Amino acid sequence: MSELFKGNPASRRAFLRGSVAAVAGAVTAGAARADGPDPLITEVQPWAQGWGDPVDAAPYGTPIKFESDVVRRTVEWLTADLTSSINFTPIHALEGTITPQGCAFERHHSGAIELSKEDYRLMINGLVDRPLVFTYADLERFPRENHVYFCECAANTGMEWAGAQLNGAQFTHGMIHNMEYTGVTLRTLLEEAGLNAAGDLSDKWIYVEGADASSNGRSIPMEKALDDVLVAFKANGEALRKEHGYPVRLVVPGWEGNLWVKWLRRIEVTDAAVESREETSKYTDVLDNGIARKWTWVMDAKSIITSPSPQSPITHGTGPLVISGLAWSGHGAITRVDVSKDGGKSWQTARLARDPEAKALTRFYLDTTWDGEEMLLQARAMDETGYVQPTKAQLREVRGENSIYHNNCIQTWWVQPGGEAENVEVS
Amino acid sequence: MSKYLEIALIAGLTVGMTASASMAEEHGLGREALPEEIAAWDVKVMPDGRGLPEGSGDVWTGDEAFGMYCASCHGDFAEGVGNWPSLAGGMGTLDRDDPVKTVGSYWPYLSTVWDYVNRSMPYGYAQSLSADEVYAITAYILYSNNVVDDDFTLSHENFAEVEMPNADGFIVDDRPETEYPDWRGDPCMEECKDAVEITMRAAVLDVTPQDEE
Repeated sequence: MSELFKGNPASRRAFLRGSVAAVAGAVTAGAARADGPDPLITEVQPWAQGWGDPVDAAPYGTPIKFESDVVRRTVEWLTADLTSSINFTPIHALEGTITPQGCAFERHHSGAIELSKEDYRLMINGLVDRPLVFTYADLERFPRENHVYFCECAANTGMEWAGAQLNGAQFTHGMIHNMEYTGVTLRTLLEEAGLNAAGDLSDKWIYVEGADASSNGRSIPMEKALDDVLVAFKANGEALRKEHGYPVRLVVPGWEGNLWVKWLRRIEVTDAAVESREETSKYTDVLDNGIARKWTWVMDAKSIITSPSPQSPITHGTGPLVISGLAWSGHGAITRVDVSKDGGKSWQTARLARDPEAKALTRFYLDTTWDGEEMLLQARAMDETGYVQPTKAQLREVRGENSIYHNNCIQTWWVQPGGEAENVEVS
Repeated sequence: MSKYLEIALIAGLTVGMTASASMAEEHGLGREALPEEIAAWDVKVMPDGRGLPEGSGDVWTGDEAFGMYCASCHGDFAEGVGNWPSLAGGMGTLDRDDPVKTVGSYWPYLSTVWDYVNRSMPYGYAQSLSADEVYAITAYILYSNNVVDDDFTLSHENFAEVEMPNADGFIVDDRPETEYPDWRGDPCMEECKDAVEITMRAAVLDVTPQDEE
């Protein structure tokens, strides 16, 4: 019987199997009367009789086999190969706000390298009083801070500019993760090297690059560098994963993920932006008139309903329904999220699960009752600056459809009477 | 035991010495970066050409090097193979649907080309090219975009004279002026539109990967 529910949420066949159960659920909804005694209760089950695994069966545990579909997925046609590519966090299947490292999206420009703590060096040079080299052990001797921040790729939702394209929250909004970072403030390290040589800091920059072949060098204004940027070596309490920059990455709160340089090896204080490949040919946003915006660092307020959604359909029939979603803003804390069931005609204010933190994911819920009718589900976030997440039409009016990056539009899921959901665009 | 003491003593001495070297430091951690180390890692090139090493390369040498190191992904004429980036062409497409963004049609600075080829190419064998090879390949990419003639030689001396076609094609992020003021305030909660129609469906497009079972 439980075989029925083991399918892949991304698979249509699995959904159809699930919908059989949904019909059964609909029949019993409200009545809540069993057809007969449940053997799972009346019969002694093997797990209630014998032994389970001993301790140390898995010295470092992985999710139980029943959760094997909660994994990162890529879209192969997006990139030329998988070493310079992207995959997506299964946000449709996660709850709360902290993203487990093992399923947090990956973006590499030359593959995820294996760099040991022993081989790790971090250089600070340029307009500093004293160019320095730190070992990994050195970094662990500076005063530490802990902060939770979201990291969103600038291209998240980028495939949706010209229309509804990818059918799943994982694919449309999964270039995001949210972790608790432990690290040293970049300010601490810059002050260690001394900034007197830089003179007036207001027009100075830092250039950060990684140890991998891509280097992924990016320029960041000194004001941001001294504000809240972290040089992080732990995430969610443990070492960073290789694919997220082990042993040390940059954390640039609220700003596009490309700036969060992994395998961080060099920080240079400069008198101008370097205008590297990643800040000219990429991560610049072409407007309708062919002119491109550059230095579009901040990720504007955005939200997404993670369930129900195309990969997470309603399988329980009518009655109580939890609409669950995520909201975030690179400008600060989320203050409110509204949910619409009718494609934006009317809105209800959702419940925020906890006090929102600045530049971190906020979980929201709309606890509602589903009557089995179709819904056009939307969420709309507001942040502490008063900014209201725009519609795709509003974005297109200003930017056209060729920006690739920074698409923070309101998303629509069409929930059909059977509970299946689809990515659609509405008028 | 004595080994430990020795290490502790050296560490202590190092801290003492570096502490007197600068007043700006607060923790006395790390060590001074040596000039050879900075030279090895600080290879970036600024838009005005600062950071370029001495050297030169001509279009025809670049053609040969490009064929050897670059063409398998970027094509013999820098036009791009499959999903790999096109480095040439695309002029006049930036204001159309699906603009073709190449070195010639899009990149605002030549320094970016030199810096990226030197630091990160060839893909899978980065930092293996000589400075002269990087000049030559850069010259060939310019030639492929009709920015220079076939008898052109690029060097650290004439680098700053090359004019990139889309140098003026960029503006600094203007969202604070063009978007934020209009997208603030109390949003509509009731009767926000008369009718809602589905105008596009992802399932009809059908490009979403499906899990294998």
